[in-house]
Amino acid sequence: MKELKLYLGPNHPGMHGNFSVHMYVDGDTIVRARPMPGMLHRGFEKLMERRLWMNNLALIPRICVPEPDTNEMVYAMAIEELTGIEVPEKAHWIRMIILELARIANHLMSLGGIGGPVGLYTGPNWGLADRDLILDIFEEITGARIYHMYIVPGGVRKDLSEEAIEKIKSFLDYLENRLPEYEDLIIKNPLFQRRTKDKLLLPAEVVWELGVTGIGMRSAVGEAYDIRKVDPYARYDQVEFYVPTANYSDGYTRVYFKYLETYQSIKIIRQILEKMPKKGKVWNKISSGSALRWRVPKGQVYTHVESARGEYGYYMVSEGEDKPYRVAVRGASYPQGLLGVEKYLPGTRIDDAALWMDTMGVCPPEIDR
Amino acid sequence: MNTPEKSFFAPARAWKYLSKKPVTVPMEDILITPREASDRYRGFHINDWEKCIGCGTCSKICPTDAITMIEIEELPDVEGSKPQRPSIDYGRCSFCGLCVDICTTGSLQMTKEYLHISKDPNTFFFIPTEEGIHGIKKPLGYVRDEDSDLLDLEREEMEIDPPEIRKTSFIEMVKGFSKEQAVREASRCVECNICEKTCPAHMNIADYIKDIFTDDLQTGLKDLYKTNPLPAVCGRMCTHKCETVCTIGHRGEPIAIRWLKRYIVDNIPKDKYPEILDQEVIKKANAKIAIVGAGPAGLSAAYFLSLMGFEITVYEEKNRPGGVLNYGGPSYRLPDSAFEQDVSYIKSLGVKIITNTKVGKDITLEELKAKNDVIFVSTGFNKGRKLPIEGSDHEKVFDSLTILEEMKNYVRGEGPKPYIPKSLVVIGGGNVAMDVARSMLRLQNLEYKKSEVHVLSLERSFDEMPADEDEIVEGKEEGVIFHPGWGPVKVIVENGELKGVLFRKCVEVFDKNGRFNPKYDENNTITINADMVVMTVGQAPDYSYLPEDIQKNTKIERGKIKTNEYGQVEGVPWLFAGGDIVHGPDIIHGVADGHKAAQGIDQYIMAKQLSK
Repeated sequence: MKELKLYLGPNHPGMHGNFSVHMYVDGDTIVRARPMPGMLHRGFEKLMERRLWMNNLALIPRICVPEPDTNEMVYAMAIEELTGIEVPEKAHWIRMIILELARIANHLMSLGGIGGPVGLYTGPNWGLADRDLILDIFEEITGARIYHMYIVPGGVRKDLSEEAIEKIKSFLDYLENRLPEYEDLIIKNPLFQRRTKDKLLLPAEVVWELGVTGIGMRSAVGEAYDIRKVDPYARYDQVEFYVPTANYSDGYTRVYFKYLETYQSIKIIRQILEKMPKKGKVWNKISSGSALRWRVPKGQVYTHVESARGEYGYYMVSEGEDKPYRVAVRGASYPQGLLGVEKYLPGTRIDDAALWMDTMGVCPPEIDR
Repeated sequence: MNTPEKSFFAPARAWKYLSKKPVTVPMEDILITPREASDRYRGFHINDWEKCIGCGTCSKICPTDAITMIEIEELPDVEGSKPQRPSIDYGRCSFCGLCVDICTTGSLQMTKEYLHISKDPNTFFFIPTEEGIHGIKKPLGYVRDEDSDLLDLEREEMEIDPPEIRKTSFIEMVKGFSKEQAVREASRCVECNICEKTCPAHMNIADYIKDIFTDDLQTGLKDLYKTNPLPAVCGRMCTHKCETVCTIGHRGEPIAIRWLKRYIVDNIPKDKYPEILDQEVIKKANAKIAIVGAGPAGLSAAYFLSLMGFEITVYEEKNRPGGVLNYGGPSYRLPDSAFEQDVSYIKSLGVKIITNTKVGKDITLEELKAKNDVIFVSTGFNKGRKLPIEGSDHEKVFDSLTILEEMKNYVRGEGPKPYIPKSLVVIGGGNVAMDVARSMLRLQNLEYKKSEVHVLSLERSFDEMPADEDEIVEGKEEGVIFHPGWGPVKVIVENGELKGVLFRKCVEVFDKNGRFNPKYDENNTITINADMVVMTVGQAPDYSYLPEDIQKNTKIERGKIKTNEYGQVEGVPWLFAGGDIVHGPDIIHGVADGHKAAQGIDQYIMAKQLSK
């Protein structure tokens, strides 16, 4: 047996960011795998300690490019908890729209993106093209396509326009009709099924060991552990939706869950558009004075939300100054992206590595922070 | 997990894609007719240079340090703005729009323009103008609104006695900030330093506001004393030019800089000053300096000169130091305790103040010169003026300074009760007119339980009147009756008794060249009955103490002595001057003059000693 060291990444096309895995292979079987984060050279957490509370808005969305709004939300929630400011009612509902749209965008990218590593190149084309329609909506609402910097501590930066609401409605109709085509293209595709069914297994017992959350956990342990349900934030307690669960987490199940959850997000947004107040303030400032001198009272807090990849949390400490004293991000994909890679890639084939990353929803900047 | 079953007809669904047209966007379309961005798009910036004041707040909020303030030579360097404009490095800009949300004037905005392709990296470094990055007028994109404004435009409200209490009381009416209020007010500052440039004394305003924000009042006191040894006085009576130019004032209410200054000194006992300021005389200079007049300029010069090691003696005509502040500043605005707080520290540095000594009468300037190396004169505009109209020589027609002094001495229990009219006419629309009107109104209320004070000014609206807006508003609340747009014709005296004043309508105060040249409508007149008239039409200097030869060698224009930048009187090198007699009536100018003159005197003496 001759063992070779093979580098996967940091620019592997099957991966979603600057992440590298050093694989020791025997033939095309991975014997050992060492995740190598750090390619982003950012150090988000440390950078945050040197920026004003508002300044971090430009930094945090970059922690997870496919779903930047989660970071904005959880950061805002932490500050709101520390300051005790009240978020205007309408802002809660707008935030949910943004988060669910981001969730759909993320799932579409992953659902289509899985086509890349399995050789179905129509998948990424569809996924990204349809995601682009969501980016159009984001542009309409926030003024930016990728990094929205829209959910701010105390609410959101701007109210929704009528045009944006119309755009959302027509997109939801479009997507609902479009999703069966994804099912045909990806989920029912024998090529995809052969590559993912009964493969890339995540046993229930190690979910606890690694701390995996999100789809990985729900598909493995059969529990509907979704922060939106178990610890509702914004107004998630006022909308109805279903959280898919299973007791067998292979690659196929996890991708199928993304497909199912996309429907649930559509359902949630429709309810929001019905229930959301028509008028009202959307932002309360976090402190008095100019933003250059906004301060957050002393204290520490952990806030969490459900991202497309699992539980996303910020532990924040404030010393009462104009900048955070400490910020620690619980990246949702940290356990599966770092520990999971080391534990579960051995025994799989080289070409399964990218599939693991995709089905587990690994977002490298969340690890490399 | 159930696997979705595949329909027998599933492959047929794919046939529809055969007839579907592929989506392709030609490169030319992207470059020549790019897709229009959404209405809120955060695209390239534009900046209206007419509005922009170069405050640099955009640069401070920028999370990526993409904005640098660039000095523009062509821009005028005037008060209230800096000759700088923001430049944006689009290699760093994250298009977050925080700069737009915080822009103090609203000049910086974002457009829907987003496409820029160039091989030249320098083109990505861009100083926005109204033209935009490509000189094409593009529609506005993201704009700030009330929701997203990052400035706090509302001033922290100052606690002030209600008019019912004020009009019968000479107790200080403005109560000062509490700690919470001061910190909140200080938090509004954006540290642009534009106020510092305008302040005649160039006080370290941004520094001491920050000290309040960080609750470090001891450093705040040190920052105050770097440029101004009369902070308790200026915290109450300053003309606050700083607030007039305050950046926040462009869209909201300016920072209450004057009250913040007062907050620091109000919260530090005066006996702690020596310990906190810990000022040591840096050198013991072998020279004596006499200062004539213990007003703001004289005291300021005394303070700075004593720190330089000179032996200082201040000669004051009145029985208290302070100059016009001593009798001009009403107690409800400037209590004696505030003034004493400042003076006692100056005295503690070894400054000797000799009161009740009028130079030119009790001691001559020549005698002073014989005893001292340099003389600094700051004798102020200490003579009241009257208009040369019929009846103005009546005994019940007063100039402003005389009546103010009488009233203040009476209020502090050091003088006889002045004549308190049942109806008073004040002629003039400046702050001195307000001091007279509001002081006499209080005395009337105390004496007769009612008041009747008429203020008549040439200026035809309150906006034009030179008095501070606060003075006018508060005066109105207390019951002062304003008549803007009237000029006096004569004082009506019947049988030796003052009856009132005849006024005619003023139709224009300044001519086309901006010169004071009032024009009247002779047919439109009113008579205001009164048993006392006070003319607050300016003050004049008294140079009788200057020997003839000095008066000959010195240029005096419109009552003001000509000096160089450091207060050195032209033609008399050992004589320095400052305050009202150089710059006109203004406390903070006096303080600045004292500081400058101290530097000039130091240079003069050092040069003289070196040449020996």
